[in-house]
Amino acid sequence: MIGVIDYGLGNMFSLLHALKHIGADFTIVNTATEENLDALILPGVGAFPEGMKKLINSGMIDFIVKWRKPLLGICLGMQLLFSDSEEFTHTKGLDLIEGNVVKIKGNLKIPHMGWNGLDFHIKTSLCDGISSGDNMYFVHSYKVETPKEYVVATAEYGQDITAIVKKDNVIGMQFHPEKSGECGLKLLKNFVKMSKNYNSNT
Amino acid sequence: MISKRIIPCLDVKDGRVVKGVNFVNITDAGDPVECATEYNKQSADEIVFLDITASHESRGTICDTVAKTAERIFIPLTVGGGIATVNDMRKILRSGADKVSINSAAVRNPNLIQSGADSFGSQCIVLAVDVKKNSKGRYSVFVNGGRIETDIDAVEWIAKAERLGAGEILLTSMDTDGTKNGFDLEITKIVSDMCSIPVIASGGGGRLSHFKDVFSQANADAALAASLFHYGELTVKDVKKYLKGNGIPVREV
Repeated sequence: MIGVIDYGLGNMFSLLHALKHIGADFTIVNTATEENLDALILPGVGAFPEGMKKLINSGMIDFIVKWRKPLLGICLGMQLLFSDSEEFTHTKGLDLIEGNVVKIKGNLKIPHMGWNGLDFHIKTSLCDGISSGDNMYFVHSYKVETPKEYVVATAEYGQDITAIVKKDNVIGMQFHPEKSGECGLKLLKNFVKMSKNYNSNT
Repeated sequence: MISKRIIPCLDVKDGRVVKGVNFVNITDAGDPVECATEYNKQSADEIVFLDITASHESRGTICDTVAKTAERIFIPLTVGGGIATVNDMRKILRSGADKVSINSAAVRNPNLIQSGADSFGSQCIVLAVDVKKNSKGRYSVFVNGGRIETDIDAVEWIAKAERLGAGEILLTSMDTDGTKNGFDLEITKIVSDMCSIPVIASGGGGRLSHFKDVFSQANADAALAASLFHYGELTVKDVKKYLKGNGIPVREV
């Protein structure tokens, strides 16, 4: 069972429909409960400070930080996994992966919005069936800077934009897999599979 | 590298696609969900539903259409037509749309852009602008589906909309719309070069080369077409294959 964290930020409709479409068992989680959960997904659209504030108010911070099973952050949900962000004002994140969220620089259209191809740097079963060049749907104005050892894939937008990160069981996707057509659905399926394998091996 | 987007637009009235869609392999050409699914298969990057339902009472039907589509296809959906309040936006976004497109209502009340962006984020707010070159050689904004000319300068209006928080511009040239003689490269280039948000060019796409021109000459970020794709004159796939062959980055599936 996948728990989708609802902390009152943004529209989860698409994600829930995508999970339903791929046949995943899922439930919405809005309190700290580990009952029957194999993995967590932290979605989110919006600004970092507001996201952290809502997460704190939800009372689920400790629960998420202490979670050891697979965890997937999507878009803002990925950014919240990192140490801190400079969006509007310096704000501390969950610090599950070391790294910072900084403004996308350069003479570019902001937000970075639309379909962009991935360049893979690290091989992982999470990305089985996805190749370099496959497009995902991005919408964001801030990007993650983190050590290379965690960067599974990037997308080129005047600079390398961190697209997929992985540190042990903590995974982040800057784009929206639930809006990235068949490739995105494949990534979600792989995450569900990875979660099942993790839980049956432990 | 970011891909140039190809966006089919479906006119929907009372929950049905109007301007008949000519797909051979779908059973109900009037069903917007089936049409959107077919476009998704053709590798459309986004789907736009333009709700042209006239009566206020039946406007809820577009929400059903969106909900049914969002259950089946997993690419961005934009809905426009008759959206006049933040509450209208909320209903449509809650049904599963990713963006709303506003036009006349924003001209009458520019604050709608800002309140929409504050409520849902700029990425949700597409400003649609219908423009036509006037006798002074400048571009005027038209409202009410192109029926009423305003004295508003299109370039100034778009710049203002961007400041108010619009996340994207859907620019339709009434001079080229329906002609199939190519997109309006002049106004598209002016707007694309001026804006720091993406610009979708609309109106006039009729041949493969028109899509190349609007991207390579007018710097559009996306191109929208309706009847061209509906009648099967070109498929989204044809356009993308051609663009790729001409060195323009596109997403293929």
